[in-house]
Amino acid sequence: MPDATGLELLAQEIGDRREGAVRSTVFFRDHAALFVDPPALRDALCFLRDRGYRFLSSVHGVDYWPEEPRLGVHYELLDMDRVDRISVKVRVPIAEPDVDSVVDLWATADHQEREVYDMFGVVFRGHPDLRRILMPEDYEGFPQRRDFPIGGEPVMFTHNERDMSYIE
Amino acid sequence: MEVIRQSGGKPPDDFRIRQLRARDMLVGDLQDSELEGYVEERLLFTTFEKAANWARSNALFPATFGLACCAIEMMSMVGARADIARFGFEVFRASPRQADMLILSGRISIKMAPVIRRLYEQMLEPKWVIAMGACSSSMGVFNNYAITPADKFLPVDVHIPGCPPRPEALMHGILRLRSKVQANPPEGWRARYGGEGTEEVVEAEQEAHAENVPGGDTYSD
Repeated sequence: MPDATGLELLAQEIGDRREGAVRSTVFFRDHAALFVDPPALRDALCFLRDRGYRFLSSVHGVDYWPEEPRLGVHYELLDMDRVDRISVKVRVPIAEPDVDSVVDLWATADHQEREVYDMFGVVFRGHPDLRRILMPEDYEGFPQRRDFPIGGEPVMFTHNERDMSYIE
Repeated sequence: MEVIRQSGGKPPDDFRIRQLRARDMLVGDLQDSELEGYVEERLLFTTFEKAANWARSNALFPATFGLACCAIEMMSMVGARADIARFGFEVFRASPRQADMLILSGRISIKMAPVIRRLYEQMLEPKWVIAMGACSSSMGVFNNYAITPADKFLPVDVHIPGCPPRPEALMHGILRLRSKVQANPPEGWRARYGGEGTEEVVEAEQEAHAENVPGGDTYSD
């Protein structure tokens, strides 16, 4: 892990390349995280990749409901030489859930971005083949969003057995 | 199918007479009415449907088809401890064309449902479906956006509760299916366990319901 000071130095360097690129830094339980401005995401990831964080170990989506902006995408980067990890996070509003794709930087992002799109409805600009990966293609809605109905099937218990229509 | 056996271990009284008659027939001594009587004594009459159902119900071949964790229990049912071969259900066929029974052993995702429907349609008539475990009946602990109950897309004959059901429970379910195939469906659970009076419905409500639901909670064939 970069320590708290190392994280601030990285944030400073990314901020120098582009004004206002880093919104905040979080150092929590020895884990460093950078909150990045969505337009500066690719730039920040490119910088970190050149710094040795060459492996994109995970891309995942988050719904921060009820906070705004609601949707988030987290990129977990790993430096295999120093065994060093860092998180890069972006937040986008639900009305305009656009994030730049990083498939051309890391080919492994292909399926992971498709999954984030499938579950949270984040649209990745520049993705070569952005369609659902887990749910059926004609599925409506994004099931991992917090406001998605949990669903359910009526189950026969003794208290409602006479109301269930399939008892003959 | 009803088979009436003679009681007791000793041979019937007319055993010696029948033995002699059989010998007589072989040498051509038995004629006309005596011959008729001989044949009638040795034949068992039943309807063709009953005989066919008896044969079917004692050798239901399940399809080799596991969905999730319940499939482990289904596999162990074939093993030495539960040994479903005692009843003739152990031949798991690897093709739906050869299978009589589809055991839905686990959760069914909405992407898997069309596949299962297709497998079911590939099976030859007559065919039966068992929904094993909570997930395939009521979605169980995986009650979420991706799962669908089997009743939505298949005619299920027997539901087996449990999470997962033990092999004995599955075996019991298959034996229930067997009695159903033999046109002798089991009674409702209240009749079976003497559970009358355990309904959690108030009297007035029950009477109002009785008009709409003939037969109450025990179903008849």
